Amino acid sequence: MNNVGQKKLPRFFLYIFLSITALVSIFPFYWMFVIGSNTNSEVNRMPPAIIPGSTFVENAMKVFERTNFFGSIFNSLFISAAITFFVLFFCSLAGFAFAKIPFKGRNFFFVFLLATMMVPPQLGLIPSFMIMSTLGWVDTLQAVIVPGMVSAFGVFFMRQYISGAITDDLLDAAKIDGCGHFRTYWNIVIPAIRPAYATLGIITFMGAWNDFLWPLVVLKDERVHTIQLTLRTLHEAYTVDYPMILAGTFMATIPILIVFLIFNRQFIAGITEGAVKH
Amino acid sequence: MGLIDLERKEQIKEKKYRAYHLQRSNNISGLLFISPFYIIFAVFGLFPLAFTIVMSFYRWSMLGEKQFIGFDNYKLLFTNDPLFWLSVTNTFKIWFMSTVPQLILALILAFILNMAFLKGKGIFRLAVFMPNITSIVAVAIVFSSMFGTNYGVINYFLELFGLNPIDWSGTRIGTQVAISVMIMWRWVGYNTIIYLSGLQGISKDLYEAATIDGASTRQQFLYITVPMMRPIILFTVILSTIGGMQIFTEPLLFGKGSVNQGLTMTLYLYEEAFTRYSFGYAAAVAWILFFIIILFSLVNMLLTRIIRS
Repeated sequence: MNNVGQKKLPRFFLYIFLSITALVSIFPFYWMFVIGSNTNSEVNRMPPAIIPGSTFVENAMKVFERTNFFGSIFNSLFISAAITFFVLFFCSLAGFAFAKIPFKGRNFFFVFLLATMMVPPQLGLIPSFMIMSTLGWVDTLQAVIVPGMVSAFGVFFMRQYISGAITDDLLDAAKIDGCGHFRTYWNIVIPAIRPAYATLGIITFMGAWNDFLWPLVVLKDERVHTIQLTLRTLHEAYTVDYPMILAGTFMATIPILIVFLIFNRQFIAGITEGAVKH
Repeated sequence: MGLIDLERKEQIKEKKYRAYHLQRSNNISGLLFISPFYIIFAVFGLFPLAFTIVMSFYRWSMLGEKQFIGFDNYKLLFTNDPLFWLSVTNTFKIWFMSTVPQLILALILAFILNMAFLKGKGIFRLAVFMPNITSIVAVAIVFSSMFGTNYGVINYFLELFGLNPIDWSGTRIGTQVAISVMIMWRWVGYNTIIYLSGLQGISKDLYEAATIDGASTRQQFLYITVPMMRPIILFTVILSTIGGMQIFTEPLLFGKGSVNQGLTMTLYLYEEAFTRYSFGYAAAVAWILFFIIILFSLVNMLLTRIIRS
């Protein structure tokens, strides 16, 4: 869009507008640290403290004393990593089948898959909970991991990617060499779709890390809490101590922010691909 | 002659045999490869869905005591549950207040970020997208602090500009605006990224031709960008409809307010099921919720189609 609008709308105002939007986007992160590093009395007054204070470490120590902070970070990491691993494996396998194996009923199953994406997950919340309590899985990590091991979006995404990334010639060559379908998947498909793994992986990991409603229902015991549940407990139990609550929130948010900054290209690619292909 | 015929027959037979085998192997591998999704979905997706229908016809408590009561749950829901209908109107108000400004702002931002002369695009894009990777729990917590009535930073800014502070958790509109702002903050960047990818697909010739014809930036935005982007706008409208109908975490953490002004449909469903433990009734709520979402999505699709012409 060369030169368009250059004379009509002063650039200066555009930069001002963008800068304000960017500031508003970043401000709450800054604010987490401002409150999280001040004392209660510095926060609860008018005008409130608006620059970082010096008590972040004290506030953080209080978080560690009163909650299972590191334990819940570990639980979140374990759940998210396990879900990501299974989603990548199962979705690429199914995506490969949908993209390259002409089996009977393929269209039917694919339409069915797309339809499942329309169903809001909270609809089956109660029976899902009953299944978990029948299995004795309430308060265990697999209650969150197992239902999360597959994703309709993931299958769809992998099918789109594999259709484009792997030529039929390559598959024919593999067939002539006597490769079965699984060997073809293992030796040819997996190495060729690494970028798709990165994209779907980061999206899945973030989704699992940030998930709240389902863990809230099935993980009651503090030992199995995810970091989101721990933050919620902190917020519920100590409403008067915002410096401590926000110190905890800050510590829980920054690691994921760093992960995002490292992988932001893959993450954004995944979002736009999902949109443009729909 | 006879020999050649025989040979050809053999070949055809062999070919058919091979094709049959290939098809069989395709069928087996194909179904096997997609089976993990369908098995897990059947157990944790489809079965709960179907079982929700069954439960909605029972009075069903946490302990498993159940009694068939036909359509009584639905009757009660439609005739004598003002709280549920309040949660429906709240959800729609919050959806409207968060989605409409959110999509408009995202479209404008994407339009600006797509301008060729702009410097530092990557930085701006990253900055507006950052909120989206923050967990809703963290968002709700930090905004609860910012929207504090007495010492919140937002009221402080309002006072700096000579405005009256607002009782965010005590008033109807206050709570709904606060929740809408949280949603908006988290999703503007996401929609901007989607729109940006759509904009990059619009041919530059169109804009060049318009510039030559003397169209202003505003005219180009309204008469080129918006019409070309309709399919993508429709996609974001559907996504935010589905998302908006599921709002739960923000009101749970911020507090649903003095007169339930923050009570959303999903929060109501959650409370009915897991704080009051009336599973049967909550199942009926879930189904009505589902129909409302479907209906509303259809209305939205229709509206967006009409605007198209």
